[in-house]
Amino acid sequence: MIEYQNIFTQVQVQGTPEWGLDDSGGRLSEERGGKPFFSKLFGWFGNAQIGPINLGMLGLVSLASGLLWFFIVGLNMLAQVGWSIPEFLRQGFWLALEPPSPEYGLQIPPLNDGGWYIISSFFLLVSVLAWWARSYQLAASHKMGKHVFWAFGSAIWLFLVLGLFRPVLMGSWSEAVPYGIFPHLDWTTAFSIRYGNLYYNPFHCLSIVFLYGSVLLFAMHGATILAVSRFGGDRELEQIVDRGTASERAALFWRWTMGFNATMEGIHRWAWWFAVLTPITGGIGILLTGTVVDNWFIWAQEHNFAPMYDGSYGYEAYGTYDAFIGQGE
Amino acid sequence: MFPKWFDKWNRDNPTNVYGPGILVGVLGGAVFVAIMLVTLGQPYATASLQTGPRGTGMSVTEFQADLATPDPDIALIFEDPPFPPEPGEPLAGDIYENVQVLGDLTDANFNRVMAAMTRWVSPEQGCAYCHGDGDLETYGEDNLYTKVVARRMIQMTQNINENWDGHVNANKEVGVTCMTCHRGQNVPSEVWFREAPVVSAMAGWSATQNRATETSQYTSLPSDALESYLLDYQRIGVHDLASRVEGSPSDPAVPAIQNAERTYALMNYFANSLGANCVTCHNSRAFYDGVQVTPQWSTASLGIAMVQELNNDYLVGLLDLYPEDRIGPVHQDAPKAACATCHKGYLQPLQGTNVIADWPELATSGPPAYGEAE
Repeated sequence: MIEYQNIFTQVQVQGTPEWGLDDSGGRLSEERGGKPFFSKLFGWFGNAQIGPINLGMLGLVSLASGLLWFFIVGLNMLAQVGWSIPEFLRQGFWLALEPPSPEYGLQIPPLNDGGWYIISSFFLLVSVLAWWARSYQLAASHKMGKHVFWAFGSAIWLFLVLGLFRPVLMGSWSEAVPYGIFPHLDWTTAFSIRYGNLYYNPFHCLSIVFLYGSVLLFAMHGATILAVSRFGGDRELEQIVDRGTASERAALFWRWTMGFNATMEGIHRWAWWFAVLTPITGGIGILLTGTVVDNWFIWAQEHNFAPMYDGSYGYEAYGTYDAFIGQGE
Repeated sequence: MFPKWFDKWNRDNPTNVYGPGILVGVLGGAVFVAIMLVTLGQPYATASLQTGPRGTGMSVTEFQADLATPDPDIALIFEDPPFPPEPGEPLAGDIYENVQVLGDLTDANFNRVMAAMTRWVSPEQGCAYCHGDGDLETYGEDNLYTKVVARRMIQMTQNINENWDGHVNANKEVGVTCMTCHRGQNVPSEVWFREAPVVSAMAGWSATQNRATETSQYTSLPSDALESYLLDYQRIGVHDLASRVEGSPSDPAVPAIQNAERTYALMNYFANSLGANCVTCHNSRAFYDGVQVTPQWSTASLGIAMVQELNNDYLVGLLDLYPEDRIGPVHQDAPKAACATCHKGYLQPLQGTNVIADWPELATSGPPAYGEAE
């Protein structure tokens, strides 16, 4: 069983393309598009079969408005470098479509000072919400649970807090995040500094816990299943209802390691909740910043959350610059 | 190539030599690296200067190799002690025409300072850089802009030494001379000009940022930090000093995230100019908190006020004197000073070398104090 010692999938199934079931009386089949084909490269990472895709009306709306957002941002960046493609590539990481200046508040600003930002953001909102609705529609068509829909919704919550809810509560579109590589990172730093250090925001703390927890759970789960796949552990769904030796061994491994183990079903609930709670708690933290709390460090001190030093900083013992650079003392 | 019995033996005894080979190679390589590290030492060893309470991570870290190399400009400093004036000696102001500063100096000291300025500012052009190619009798004329600027710069130097003692001599007597900025060049390195707006297609905050410029320290942060804070006296602090404060960023009095970004650009400039980091001056858990800052924060705050004065009272006013190739490429503004103009990347200019000891003439705007005649 040497195939699981490789990070790529070693066994690929290629043959007559699979068209999938249609539980909707023909509608899903009709809306499918694209001639399916196989890709060996894709097969190394996932399923080798590409297509067909069921885009549907919502998918088309999402794709179209998403592309509009993409091109508005891109053309604004291109305009900023005088419509020069080489300069666009050279300065690409520095460029951005910025939100309006603060003095415009929630009014409609001029196109070259945030107007394009507002227009493009509207299309991005339509695109994301259409894709969200599509994830519900497709799940319903397959008579599936709506877990993916709700999980995507938690990410959209954070997205809406950053770009819509919080700017409205703050009374200014200027609070939104710029569309650019370095500029959105500048925004993140400045946001934390402006509001007195976001690390003292307890919801930011929670979000970090769930983010790092998600990573840990993902690693533990992936490792466990790969480790017991030689006993059929990769057939997780069967193992949920018909526990086999793979589940037994995986459970024993963790119970003997740390005294507690998840179950074949429960581990997926752990993972789903950790992932979903990351943007939910993060969004709450962002929403409270500047609206309810303006300086998180002072807030943390008021709530006995940030320790104070005892006052003896002991500077006289720290050593001098002259000694540091080897010029005496 | 090999004898037949050898090839036959190999055929009959197939052995995987690659596995052990790789193992021995990796282990052997690791042992070799370990021995080299132990015997030759860590090639990238660092040293750190503690700047805050233990356990807070407040320290400035440098490579020991860098620390062992002093600022090469220190070698440019020369000793030239003053000549103690005799009572009744005639003064430069009486001997020469049009001596508006340094008139209280004796002839010997006056020429000593003039010669030194040549070495500091115009070693190649010599006296002619300010006084022209004429005879000594023409040296009183103010025909060249360089001479008029130099006079103002002498006043500026005297002002720094006299009134900004708290910044310049914060730790010990260091002082500044022409050398501190000029280092043998006509125009000091690290002077700056106004650049914003940098994106002509946009307006407002979109036009002042997202361009890798010298004044943005090649970040995408705003390019107008130096002019806003070191020329226009804008407020640097962006924090609220209570956990909850009313106000919307659409109110100009309330700092927005954009203001924080501009502050961040200024702080980047500070750090790069001084070869320092945030925790040289701040406790990074609460940047704004005056109770938690380090003593260097006070020195730097005085430095901000000093640079504001130098730019507004001395440098901007010289604009009309400059020829075209000395003024800003974008806004045709006068060259201005900031931290890096003196510091040049070091925590203290010329690493804290005392440059003023030999030049009491530059230490005060009044008559120089030569101390006890030796």
